Amino acid sequence: MSPVSDAQRAVEAVARESYGRLVAFLSARTRDVAGAEDALGDALLSALTSWPRDGVPDKPEAWLLTAARHRLVDAARQAMVREEHASTVALVLAEATEVKRAGAADPTGEADDFPDERLKLLFVCAHPALDPAVHTPLMLQTVLGLDAARIAQAFLVSPATMGQRLVRAKRKIREAGISFEAPSERELPGRLGAVMEAIYAAFGIGWDEAAGAESRGRDLADEAIWLARVLRDLRPDEPEIRGLLALMLYCEARHPARRDEAGRYVPLSEQDPERWSAPRLLEAERELSDAAVLRRPGRFQLEAAIQSVHVDRRLTGRTDWAAIAGFYAALLGLAPTLGARIGHAAAVAERDGPAPALLLLDDLDATAVRSHQPWWALRGHLLERLGRHAEAGEALDRAIGLVEDDAVRQFLLARRARLPRAGG
Amino acid sequence: MKYVMLIHEPPTVVASRGQGPQHPYIAAWRAYHNALVEAGVFVGGLPLKLDDTATTVRVVQGQRRVQDGPFVEAKEQLGGFTILEVADLDAALEWAARCPAASYGAVEVRRVDEDSHETIVRK
Repeated sequence: MSPVSDAQRAVEAVARESYGRLVAFLSARTRDVAGAEDALGDALLSALTSWPRDGVPDKPEAWLLTAARHRLVDAARQAMVREEHASTVALVLAEATEVKRAGAADPTGEADDFPDERLKLLFVCAHPALDPAVHTPLMLQTVLGLDAARIAQAFLVSPATMGQRLVRAKRKIREAGISFEAPSERELPGRLGAVMEAIYAAFGIGWDEAAGAESRGRDLADEAIWLARVLRDLRPDEPEIRGLLALMLYCEARHPARRDEAGRYVPLSEQDPERWSAPRLLEAERELSDAAVLRRPGRFQLEAAIQSVHVDRRLTGRTDWAAIAGFYAALLGLAPTLGARIGHAAAVAERDGPAPALLLLDDLDATAVRSHQPWWALRGHLLERLGRHAEAGEALDRAIGLVEDDAVRQFLLARRARLPRAGG
Repeated sequence: MKYVMLIHEPPTVVASRGQGPQHPYIAAWRAYHNALVEAGVFVGGLPLKLDDTATTVRVVQGQRRVQDGPFVEAKEQLGGFTILEVADLDAALEWAARCPAASYGAVEVRRVDEDSHETIVRK
């Protein structure tokens, strides 16, 4: 290994592990997320030149914090000259003093143990004053350090559009004075909900992307799990966070079984439980049972419980559809989303047969489902089981026309081709 | 807003042309077209004959220059186009991602320049 690449790897590792902590700490008082990111970006750049030359410092995170802080103080002094942002200047200088004081106890003179403000930053990213559509991108950028181009790719928008949205949101955080304080107990459930939604959205995107042959989406799902672990460590007494983490771990555990050796799509009911990741399932089960002890059920815990029943097939060889339908019914009481209603109908079909399930599907808003692929796929499946083959073919066709994942498309095409000819 | 999807297809799927309606790629396209129509977003569009049948015309200093072949030679060829009427770019990109060609080649999404069109057609 050359020292250059070692140092580069060290920069990458500390950036990966510490980016969010550093941005959160640097912006917590100034509310200037963009300024903190710029300063940290400069610090990472100088690390790339000086670490290969001088060696990786003993405390790389503290080194970066000091370098970024110097940048911020410089920027603040320049702003003072222009007599702008007087309050920002005061805050940055106060913060610099505080960090120095914290560092005084440290023989190296560097603060190693600066406070973890990531929870505050997560709450800021999912603040109700910000457009919900920007919550997840903002989190991915400020807490995980993903660049706008990568985020844009995940959200199917142009890099320029994503860049503008992020800049606008960060300006609003600073200009509108969005607080970096943790929300009050009264506000907490709603605010925490927004944070969890944003993390789950990141996971969903990673999951959808991962459906393709490329591996790029895997990272985003991993990042979401990583964020949920951070959130759980910061609020260990919140069962919904554990529920969310468990839910994502269950899905990740099944990931290797979703394709066969030839890359063909394998539906959950036909997956080989031997191919599910045992360590992930173990961690998911542990999170879910830790959540259950707290006796405050919620949407994510219920969704995780549904997954838990599915993976029980690994031990029992069968799927307890009555239990799944029951969890879905409870879920509908909390969050009657389109996805939950379709999942409920699918479970009812297994428990009570296709006819009552079809009634549940027909009950959904026609405009909402018109271009919703899972609704058409399940409808086609139920009609096939009812022997209404012509209608089943039409429904499957719509599902085929709306699918993005080519492996699922091929699966549906094969199902469509298997249908007996109409009237036959 | 109107958007045009330019469908760029690699040779592997171009080879499905003329394979009949049961070929998976053709069947997927039929289903996709139907979904566009049912969603009320389809304005128009057609597949094109393969690019080895293309002819490119330029007039240079008053002289007609006719070239056998497409304007741009590429591994992936322009296989067709679709015009959509949707609310915004995000909606157009969603439909582009569902296009069967997006899984094999690429779908380029461009907004129709209605201002220029207006200027051109103004009486």
